Amino acid sequence: MMLGYIGRRAYHSIISLVGLLTLVFFLTRLTGDPSALYLPLDSSLEAREAFARLNGLDQPIYVQFLQYLQNLLSLDFGQSLRRNRSAIDVALEAFPATLKLAFVAMALATTLAITVGALAAARPRSIFDRVAGLVSLAGASTPDFWIAIVGILVLAVGLGVLPTSGTGTGWHWIMPIAVLMLRPFGLLVQVVRGTMISALASPYIKTAHAKGMKRHKIIFGHALRNSLLPVITVAGDLATGLINGAVVVETIFGWPGIGKLMIDSIIQRDFAVVQSTILVTAIAIFIVNIAIDLLYVMLDPRIRY
Amino acid sequence: MADITLPSVRSPGNLRQLAIYLARDKLALCAALFLIVLLVCVLFGPLLVGDLAGKLGLRQRNLAPFSLEQGFLYVLGADTLGRPILARLIVGAQNTLGIAAAAVFFSMATGGMLGLIAGYSERWYSHLILRLADVIMSFPSLLLALIVLYTLGPSIINLVIVLAITRMPIFIRTARAEVLELRERMFVSAARSMGASSGRILFRHIAPLVLPTLGTIAAIDFATVILAESSLSFLGLGIQPPDFTWGAMVANGRGYLASAWWIAFWPGLAILLTTLSLNILASWARTVADPLQRWRLQSLRKASR
Repeated sequence: MMLGYIGRRAYHSIISLVGLLTLVFFLTRLTGDPSALYLPLDSSLEAREAFARLNGLDQPIYVQFLQYLQNLLSLDFGQSLRRNRSAIDVALEAFPATLKLAFVAMALATTLAITVGALAAARPRSIFDRVAGLVSLAGASTPDFWIAIVGILVLAVGLGVLPTSGTGTGWHWIMPIAVLMLRPFGLLVQVVRGTMISALASPYIKTAHAKGMKRHKIIFGHALRNSLLPVITVAGDLATGLINGAVVVETIFGWPGIGKLMIDSIIQRDFAVVQSTILVTAIAIFIVNIAIDLLYVMLDPRIRY
Repeated sequence: MADITLPSVRSPGNLRQLAIYLARDKLALCAALFLIVLLVCVLFGPLLVGDLAGKLGLRQRNLAPFSLEQGFLYVLGADTLGRPILARLIVGAQNTLGIAAAAVFFSMATGGMLGLIAGYSERWYSHLILRLADVIMSFPSLLLALIVLYTLGPSIINLVIVLAITRMPIFIRTARAEVLELRERMFVSAARSMGASSGRILFRHIAPLVLPTLGTIAAIDFATVILAESSLSFLGLGIQPPDFTWGAMVANGRGYLASAWWIAFWPGLAILLTTLSLNILASWARTVADPLQRWRLQSLRKASR
């Protein structure tokens, strides 16, 4: 039953993916002729034609598209014009850097948000609740590129405690992760607080109180578990949005991930790499969604697929 | 819910009640006042300081903030061409908020329309619309926007179109969900039995009931769209000179972080304050609309206890 469900999800995802790849294929072809970028300005017409023929760019666009689909089926994702290597290799090479960044940021944001949100909901309208509310709203409202720049300004240029960009030591991780987790953290705190307040108002919490249970046990053991479902849904949606943040963060901090690769290859008209990065990202997002559905079943035994 | 709140806004007595609720929540009051000041800037800013915002001044290049020697417009400093930053913030408000408002409006109009159709009819195009929403949602919006903008060329109109498209799915899905419920109601059967056409039922009878919900979503989405536009402009594929938004101003100042931090700092702060005010006001509106929470604003003594 579960496998059938995953199969259905995969089928729908593949339809979406093919739609997306088609869209991107034609859009990237509209951006212009790569030979204008990859050959010297004074190269002859013959040289341009030879370049186009070599890369299959002289064919009509629908022939190129059919060829692309055919190659996809045989797992051939094309060559990167810029690097003269398999495009999917380039994409897969950049992916782990983004994955690590996103995973750490999301894990930190979720744990922190659940703790802060639950504590805020335990005492509504207290000082802690008000401060947490304002901080979470500010986190959700902050432009990530700006806070990244301010971070560089204060911590790297001003105080000189953190490096401005690049990778290497653990110090390089602090600012990218902090910037990336800010928005998910802000949004999640609000969701956790909201669902926790309604969970704490339900009758079974009164029963637990009446039995003389410890307060923190009620909050974290009973109410939290029951209010985690909507939190996970939102966290899953945010995981897709995290790629948006990754593009900005990787560009500013010079992080060699898939977001930076995507922007660079769009600008370099490296079509095969653009399509491969999209494929890799879309599959990753699909896996995240499936994992979230499985988490649902673990948290709520009533759910069946 | 929408049916209950809408008439209460219209009658003048309840408008006063709303003002009282607003005065009870100091944070929401500040947010509302800030947005009113901003609205004045949007409407009259270009008329008042439009010339000054474009005035080059060699002697004021990179002028430091917090000095009143050059007049109050230079209180936030000047940029690399000696233009007063305060004046540019005031003029930039029009583009920043105008683009976001136009994008949200078109997103609501087309998304709502498509959602109405997808909810009411069961034909092939309904499925196509839903698949389209899936494709847009399954992929990080910023990347899709980057590819499209790079293809079509960055301009204000393209920027509005792209932002509208990336925010469309939420309107499609909400409108469809509402229609699915409404079309089974008695008044729809009554209209149909009297011989009303599908178009008339959809747009005269169902659409007015869906509109308040879509309006609420549009208001919440506004802050998100402002952030999305700033990110695009920051990455250089948004608005192009001589036009500018706050996001583009941050991008301009990025290269001068070490020597003139104020060029990038103030416009980002303006974005943060605007989106934060919108979110604070939205959270206040939720409290007012929720009968379980409204008492907190109704009686000050109870709330402070």
